[in-house]
Amino acid sequence: MRWFWLDRFTEFVSGSHATALKCVSLSEDYLHDHWVYYPVMPNSLVAEGMAQTGGLLVSELYAFGELVVLAKFAKCQFDGEVRPGETLRYRAEILQAKDAGASVQVSAHVGDRKHAEAEIFFARLGPESGDVPADTRLFDPAHLLHWLRLVGVFDVGVRQDGTRLDPQDYGFVTQS
Amino acid sequence: MPTKTDIFSKVQEALVDALGVEEEEVTPEATLQGDLDAESIDFLDIVFRLEKAFDIKIERGELFPEDILTNTEYVVDGKVNPTGIAKLKERMPFADLSKFEADPVVQNLGQQLTVQDMCNFVEHKLSA
Repeated sequence: MRWFWLDRFTEFVSGSHATALKCVSLSEDYLHDHWVYYPVMPNSLVAEGMAQTGGLLVSELYAFGELVVLAKFAKCQFDGEVRPGETLRYRAEILQAKDAGASVQVSAHVGDRKHAEAEIFFARLGPESGDVPADTRLFDPAHLLHWLRLVGVFDVGVRQDGTRLDPQDYGFVTQS
Repeated sequence: MPTKTDIFSKVQEALVDALGVEEEEVTPEATLQGDLDAESIDFLDIVFRLEKAFDIKIERGELFPEDILTNTEYVVDGKVNPTGIAKLKERMPFADLSKFEADPVVQNLGQQLTVQDMCNFVEHKLSA
């Protein structure tokens, strides 16, 4: 199993907000390890999907080049359950951002029903923070680019003036 | 300019939301790290909430001057030296550092920061 908790972005506006979809399928292993006769998506994994949606939005704020880590869920609330065959729609909106980190409001809907809502903090661990050695990185840039492409960041991503996001603007080496 | 009571009330609300503590726990003399269990990431949360509540901008290191506490010019053997103390007083006129001065071990500063210090900080910012 791979640690992808959103399938693709349908909207990604730099420094502002993003929307992503997660389709829940009975073929996913975790559904069979939770409640065997009543498969539901565990809310901890919904929270991970919300964190990945907000985290990539925040990571873009720092040009995908900094260490951005989930710091805390300041608030998190769930209502109901998510079953196989349903689609989660995550929407993340940046509330505040600084050099040291950012806060994001994220909701998860199934159709019109709000399933979850959270306020999530991400910390940016720059070398000046003293928290990590200067050459530390979370992802190999090629792997990060692969992930961003898989989930469609560069298919739908735009800046606030409407111009498209381009991998080369972030220093990613792309093959022509 | 809001009154001291207004400032305390908003600071209290910010700390309740950021730290998940009860309103009654947030007294003026309560220490952020010692009594309210604030961790380092909570300070960013607190800063965001104070900025929003009071419509102010708080720069990095303004509330908690970590640059002084990590500077070998001011810290020797884990303790802040007299030059460092003078620098801290200059940067933190809102905080009562008398207790810290008695035993200036770096870690003590965060442990001793109180809710009242936060209120003083906001008042200091608003009057600037």
